[in-house]
Amino acid sequence: MPQRLWVGTRKGLFGFEQIAGGWSVTSRSFLGDPVSMVLHDSRTNRLYAALSLGHFGTKLQRSDDLGTTWREIAVPVFPEKPSEHPDVTPWSLELIWSLELGGEDHPDVLWCGTSPGGLFRSEDGGDSWSLNRAIWEEPRRVAWEGGGYDWPGVHSICVDPRNDDHVTLGVSIGGVWQTRDGGASWHAKGKGLRADYTPPEIAYDNEQQDPHRIVQSPSDPDTFWMQHHNGMWVSVDNAETWRELSNVSPSTFGFAVAVDPTNSSRAWFVPAENDESRIPVEGAMLVNRTDDGGDTFTQLRRGLPQRDAYDLIYRHAMDIAADGRTLALGSTTGSLWLSEDGGEVFATLSANLPPIFCTRFA
Amino acid sequence: MAQIVFTPNLKRHIDVDVVAARGDTVGKLLEDVFRQQPNLRGYILDDQGGVRKHVNIYVNGRTITDRVHLSDPVDAQSELFVAQALSGG
Repeated sequence: MPQRLWVGTRKGLFGFEQIAGGWSVTSRSFLGDPVSMVLHDSRTNRLYAALSLGHFGTKLQRSDDLGTTWREIAVPVFPEKPSEHPDVTPWSLELIWSLELGGEDHPDVLWCGTSPGGLFRSEDGGDSWSLNRAIWEEPRRVAWEGGGYDWPGVHSICVDPRNDDHVTLGVSIGGVWQTRDGGASWHAKGKGLRADYTPPEIAYDNEQQDPHRIVQSPSDPDTFWMQHHNGMWVSVDNAETWRELSNVSPSTFGFAVAVDPTNSSRAWFVPAENDESRIPVEGAMLVNRTDDGGDTFTQLRRGLPQRDAYDLIYRHAMDIAADGRTLALGSTTGSLWLSEDGGEVFATLSANLPPIFCTRFA
Repeated sequence: MAQIVFTPNLKRHIDVDVVAARGDTVGKLLEDVFRQQPNLRGYILDDQGGVRKHVNIYVNGRTITDRVHLSDPVDAQSELFVAQALSGG
């Protein structure tokens, strides 16, 4: 059972702790400020929070005492853009969209995915950052496009637990990219993915794909789960090929996906009506869970509102704890639900938080 | 020396007060400010050195015209005011 749940919202970072069998807010940081991402470093017990200040830019804060005190640290900075460069993307940080640990072998390494679509690496716990030039200068990178936000962004960074030089990225919109050499070279993956929003002749191109979220199974790292703009996919061959999961009711549209850390065949998705109407189907919240690798799904509704609910779960706002049973869902309407049995029953931790961007167990 | 005054809203995020600096353009003045207080740069300018989209800079009460290269002229009597725009909140 996890001890803490960190919740990044439109107006602050909240820490929930399990006390006497219940979950309560015990930590409040950056009240009033948008917190786009939070990361607890299990290797160092440090906590990182990315702030997205509306006027003064994106900032990173680090805490050595689990949120009691914070210190501003460096943010990724894009290099000077050459004049006459064909790239229409502004080379200036707008959003920290993903933060991940570099692996157990490198306790000071962090990866950071941004919008515009950059990938940065820190080798000193966030005191400094360097742009991964290999993917930034990859010729096909300039074909990436905005999806949701104005500019493309790196929202998923999957570091292979078997070898932390193996990293897989999810880019909206830019597809799936993988390195096997610590970021020195990158290869497009995503065979089998399909984009319905493009002209048919480019619908299967990797750069056209809009994965909303990709997660890698810790117990079988060759397995990846993806919520894509046009449906749900799974790969069991290290992201080489992807199988579409069809006949999933009531919808295959959504943003978030989580995989059971102890069982690669078990994953959770949260359906919304469709692209044009990003609300629960018929105003009823549910989570879809598969226990058999995506062949069948069970709708989990107990404890979730079944009437007039208009909550959307953003891509980083569903997390599963290391126990494979404790599941958190945070919504755009500020509802926070938690299940301690893999989604069979949910309890409402709050219905009054600001819009939730991310949830993370620690 | 020119005076640089910052919106009080900035004090929520970073310790900053009125700064005196030298330079004959807005850009040179700000570079002198950032020499004194390096952490301020990212709050005022974007990665390419232009004024952040939702920050406004005034010289003696008039909005600067060059937000990209910061070439508006200033002198030792100038007062620069760095403001939070109403957009972007």
